[in-house]
Amino acid sequence: MRLTTTVNGEEVTREVEGRLLLVHFLRDHLGLTGTHWGCDTSNCGTCVVWMDGEPVKSCTVLAAMAGGREVRTVEDLADGDRLDPVQQGFMECHGLQCGFCTPGMMMTARALLDRNPDPSEGEVREAISGQICRCTGYSTIVRSVRWAAEHECAEREEASS
Amino acid sequence: MLRKEDPRLVRGRGRFVDDVQLQGMLHLAILRAPMAHARIVSIDTAAAEAHPKVKAVVTGEALAEKGLAWMPTLSNDVQAVLATDKVRFQGQEVAFVVAEDHYSARDALELIDVEYDMLDPVVDARRALEPGSPVVRDDLDGKDDNHVFDWETGDRAATDAVFERADVVVSEDLVYPRVHPAPMETCGAVADFDSVEGRLTLWSTTQAPHAHRTLYAMVAGLPEHKIRVVAPDIGGGFGNKVPIYPGYVCAIVASLVVGRPVKWMEDRSENLVSTGFARDYIMRGEIAATRDGRILGIRTNVLADHGAFNAQAAPSKYPAGFFGVFTGSYDIEAAHAEVTAVYTNKAPGGVAYACSFRITEAVYLVERIVDCLAHELEMDPVALRSKNLIRPEQFPYTTRTGWVYDSGDYEPTLREALRISGYDELRKEQEERRARGELMGIGVSFFTEAVGAGPRKNMDILGLGMADGCELRVHPTGKAVVRLSVQTQGQGHETTFAQIVAEEIGIPPQDIDVLHGDTDNTPFGLGTYGSRSTPVSGAAAALVARKVRDKARIIASGMLEANVTDLEWTKGAFAVKGDPDRSVTIQEIALRAHGAGDLPDGIEGGLEAQVCYNPENLTYPHGAYVCVVDVDPDTAQVSVRRFVAVDDCGTRINPMIIEGQVHGGLADGVGMALMEMIPFDEEGNCLGGSFMDYLLPTALEVPDWETGHTVTPSPHHPIGAKGVGESATVGSPPAVVNAVVDALKPFGVRHADMPLTPSRVWDAMRGRATPSF
Repeated sequence: MRLTTTVNGEEVTREVEGRLLLVHFLRDHLGLTGTHWGCDTSNCGTCVVWMDGEPVKSCTVLAAMAGGREVRTVEDLADGDRLDPVQQGFMECHGLQCGFCTPGMMMTARALLDRNPDPSEGEVREAISGQICRCTGYSTIVRSVRWAAEHECAEREEASS
Repeated sequence: MLRKEDPRLVRGRGRFVDDVQLQGMLHLAILRAPMAHARIVSIDTAAAEAHPKVKAVVTGEALAEKGLAWMPTLSNDVQAVLATDKVRFQGQEVAFVVAEDHYSARDALELIDVEYDMLDPVVDARRALEPGSPVVRDDLDGKDDNHVFDWETGDRAATDAVFERADVVVSEDLVYPRVHPAPMETCGAVADFDSVEGRLTLWSTTQAPHAHRTLYAMVAGLPEHKIRVVAPDIGGGFGNKVPIYPGYVCAIVASLVVGRPVKWMEDRSENLVSTGFARDYIMRGEIAATRDGRILGIRTNVLADHGAFNAQAAPSKYPAGFFGVFTGSYDIEAAHAEVTAVYTNKAPGGVAYACSFRITEAVYLVERIVDCLAHELEMDPVALRSKNLIRPEQFPYTTRTGWVYDSGDYEPTLREALRISGYDELRKEQEERRARGELMGIGVSFFTEAVGAGPRKNMDILGLGMADGCELRVHPTGKAVVRLSVQTQGQGHETTFAQIVAEEIGIPPQDIDVLHGDTDNTPFGLGTYGSRSTPVSGAAAALVARKVRDKARIIASGMLEANVTDLEWTKGAFAVKGDPDRSVTIQEIALRAHGAGDLPDGIEGGLEAQVCYNPENLTYPHGAYVCVVDVDPDTAQVSVRRFVAVDDCGTRINPMIIEGQVHGGLADGVGMALMEMIPFDEEGNCLGGSFMDYLLPTALEVPDWETGHTVTPSPHHPIGAKGVGESATVGSPPAVVNAVVDALKPFGVRHADMPLTPSRVWDAMRGRATPSF
């Protein structure tokens, strides 16, 4: 089937099988390999991307379902050379080790901060509870998201004053 | 210092095995056994071969014709690459398909028809040696039972004697259940055989690329210089990626047969059912003491379930790994252990998941049995430990099983953990809560690790000595590249090895690139596991930098027209003693080493060196952990309220990275203690084969970790650093279990086996034994 979708702001059209999963479309057809595939039961969340602004597990979405919609992946998180505060936060607070869960975690974190700019530790933990990390034990991920929240709050205050 | 790895990883620009795309690459999928034990009657591959996108279908019989149906394991046993005669565990590799894409390869698996003749499986290790038990390994000449090995350590007679005269003897049966390291990235490989050059390139998820290359040379008959193994970014290893799996060999064979690159990437279920499990030790622990709490002796016998093939990754002379350190942190009079290993119809493995070669089991044994003793003596578990800790003046301390602990100052570490946790107040709070009927538990664990295998005189894997190399080249402009034989899987080697070398040679870490994982471009060594990178390769890195610095000193003496003994080294420059204005920086020396002008007599151009470091001993980091749990009396749900971890790994290279290592290990410990298990039913069906059943902690099941540290350097290590990566996984499970048992004290509970799920805790509260598998 013919699939037309917008990925990271660019419209792409590809011939795909109806059963193709979005995660494989992104990785194998578009070469966007930042999104990972860590389980086969929709538990791990290493495949989290956005569809129309909502985080989704792309292993549990057919590529066909992205037709006519906007998909955003980790590759689009930075604005050119300027990292998103979430990316910066993960680096500053050592929120990653092997880096395999990181893209999905950051996509969820970005979506959380867009809805809730100042989440509590508990709210961050709740937001990433559909995702597994085997390296960090989560504390530094929570700190990374809080780092981004604090920096964005500070930036907004500076801009408004 | 922030990590050098992060910029690519936060942009989605890491390069993991499944990211590798090569021109003309095909995809491989493996057909697996649906049952635990059966004879293969026939395999019909005709329909799969007829699939329009399929390029090859290969069975065990076809591999046998090439002599590749079986491969050696890291324990000198053999393992089937593809089953020929029988399948011996559920999930075992039976055939593989190579197709144009991953989806078609999976389709074709459905078209293969295998006829099996079902056999009774051996599931319960305790019954594996019973007469009449089915024989798992009838492929081995003359093998008519399921016995793998017996091993013992310590002094049996002396230990029996102290048990005879002890005031108190406590014994407990402790099961360390089968768990799985479950790295987020599963195992996989891309094999690319170039038939013109006769050269194989293999990208793979390996923690030990050089050892793998040597083994492939042995298995596939290709010469070593024609094999290039590349371990790119690895999405976590945790010991899962030390062994060679049939999938890797299948990918290599497929590329040889089809003449195109072939990718194999297993899914999560395949990872959980077929790759290296961890633990599965059934232990009887016994401890003897005086009435006032002086520990006299510890003895244990262990039944080890090794699955269908003995593929345990451990040094050759250590079939039970380093379980011999089960006497822990205590100065005792006698100890003895015996371990019997058996075959069962389960996946192979045993040593994985940050176990430091079975030290998880050893520490769990000693830290649980000491708590059982405290329970019996009605003593505070901290007081009991304090009374028996090895004292600082006793180091280097030779244990009753022959391990020479390098250094330790245990009491301050314990005190620090008590201080951070507010132990005395916690006990008061517990008393108050108990009075109100609430179930609060406090668990303590004090452990000594043994990491950094190891001295080559007695430690090898398949004959390869456990030394590790490091190479340092300083470029003409004073930038440098360090090449490692070890292989990071997230532990931050690209950052910390740059720091080690920077500290010694005065080049800023930003100017030092660290390369690893490519066997064509890195020195030989045995890889990363057993927390051995810092003790072995870290030592090599410091020494290679010193070697380069020694040469730099001679070149500097020529540049400054001074005697080498008149030079002093400070912060990246040599200066003439007493005349600090006359100095040259390491960058200036590098340029001279490569540039015009004479060098001192006997000095070659260039500025580089290589070191292969053979450690004289292991390093023995230690730690004191305190865990606080609440148990819901109505649902028996355990929640970990606090976890305090104080670690001492000697000199700390990068505190931020150490803290991250500890956090990750603590989550492992909480997961194993409360949630994780790979169980089997009576027919040998694996019941933990997906993330629906194999539960890993999320951010909601673990607390915000509280860490601290003390510093007791290793006297024999060039920079005094000890390994640490596995300490928290080793040390934390007993702390959690001790805490839960402590919480259940009002119910008279002395022990319950992991994982302490609500149903198991509920049973324990009602005096029912927990299931033992």
